[in-house]
Amino acid sequence: MTIGTYILVSLIKIVIVMFVLLTGVAYTTLAERKVIAHIQNRWGPSRVGPFGIWQPLADGLKFIFKEDITPPFVYKPIYLLAPVLSLTMALTAIAVVPIGPWVSIGSIRTPLQIADVNIGLLIILGLGSIAVYGVALAGWSSNSKYSMLGSLRATAQMVSYEIALGLSLVGVLIYAGSFSLRDIVNAQSGTFLGFIPKWNIFTGQFIAFFIYIMAAYAETNRIPFDLPEAETELVAGYHTEYSSMKFAMFFMAEYANMFTVACLASVLFLGGWLGPVFGAPILQAVLPVFWFVVKVLAFIFIYIWVRGTLPRFRYDQLMAFGWKFLLPLAIANILVTALVVALK
Amino acid sequence: MHLVLFFIFGAVCVGAAINLLVQKHPINSALSLIVVMGSLALLYLLLGAEFVAAIQVIVYAGAVMVLFVFVIMLLNAGEEEVLPHTSRVAVTLGVPGLIVGFAIGVWVISRYAGLDRISIGGPQVLNGTEAFGNPRSVAQLLFRDFLLPFEVTSILILIAILGAVVLARREE
Repeated sequence: MTIGTYILVSLIKIVIVMFVLLTGVAYTTLAERKVIAHIQNRWGPSRVGPFGIWQPLADGLKFIFKEDITPPFVYKPIYLLAPVLSLTMALTAIAVVPIGPWVSIGSIRTPLQIADVNIGLLIILGLGSIAVYGVALAGWSSNSKYSMLGSLRATAQMVSYEIALGLSLVGVLIYAGSFSLRDIVNAQSGTFLGFIPKWNIFTGQFIAFFIYIMAAYAETNRIPFDLPEAETELVAGYHTEYSSMKFAMFFMAEYANMFTVACLASVLFLGGWLGPVFGAPILQAVLPVFWFVVKVLAFIFIYIWVRGTLPRFRYDQLMAFGWKFLLPLAIANILVTALVVALK
Repeated sequence: MHLVLFFIFGAVCVGAAINLLVQKHPINSALSLIVVMGSLALLYLLLGAEFVAAIQVIVYAGAVMVLFVFVIMLLNAGEEEVLPHTSRVAVTLGVPGLIVGFAIGVWVISRYAGLDRISIGGPQVLNGTEAFGNPRSVAQLLFRDFLLPFEVTSILILIAILGAVVLARREE
């Protein structure tokens, strides 16, 4: 493949993935409101279009037309930088996620992934650790006590849970022997007894999976770990002083992070695009992507389900849970996995 | 291509480092330091050390600098005060002196160490030997060749953590 075709193919992939991701982000907000409404015996948004399906568009338009207020007491350069930083890091992470196997279209052969890098997992973790600045700087530069408290909580929480999150993935890395997300998926192919897939969740990384989910909920500041924006105590936490599109950028970053977490969970523990593939050639090409999307959407649904079910933790409970329960459990998981692999 | 990228990121790195010194506000300095760390990671990447680059971002730009920013946020440190008595000699001679010193340094290095023989960036640095920045070679170094120093360092850091906890703990 020449460099020209390579760039063209990459650009096409980027445009498609961004379009799908942003649409997914928009419709997750609707899905969240609908599902929570049904959990609470309400109807949810139902006025804009049939079943309220144009609600995200209406919300987007509303955000654009809202007055963009910059309070006079903020530290302006960083106040403007923070939402951009958050959203950029959240949207960049999707670039290394493998959506499907290699495909051939005519003479062009390309992976269904924007960038197939051999340190894909570390890139996502690195982007996650940079994304902390978006939240921390937003709260500090707003120069308001609610923002400050929210961002202090958020920073401490994200730094603490990043450790448990990173350690929970080590078991998977030991199995796959690679940081490349594509290799990790390929290492999970095959079945036990002909019908149980050899996904990491079935091959002994069950505990790691739950550590990952809990740490990821804390990383994305979602219920039951949504203390940084606890609206009953902190108005809106770190983005209290933001309005219009600048608030929308934080909002989009949160939902884009949910997608990254869901993609990573299905790649690392549920075998990514692996699943039963059958039928006509066109069906065989589409089915892997279909399985991947199904797994990701299932995760998004669990996110919403948890939000509709659980109350918020207290802050000391949150810290104790992260440091005294998740972290030792993750380390024990690494030890056991390493022993099993070494003795095999 | 490697050379062009090397000079771009090298310039970003030096520019951010100078900005770090010039800025009056601590948070701006901390952010400049993050940019320095990030461009250093990109320089590692150009050398073919992708694992080291990723760890540089996660550990330094991510974890260490978050603590810096955290402390600045908690102390709410304001702008640095300009010292009333700045030395006139330093002001007039400072910039020319720095340039002359830098030029002498470059001349000495190129005269005796041979700057023309140093190839910058790209896989040609490896000289056909095995890559040195991938996870496997880093692990070989840490857990086989330098196992004892590595473990001793970790115990040292553990002692430092315990010391910090003891010092920070309030007396009952």
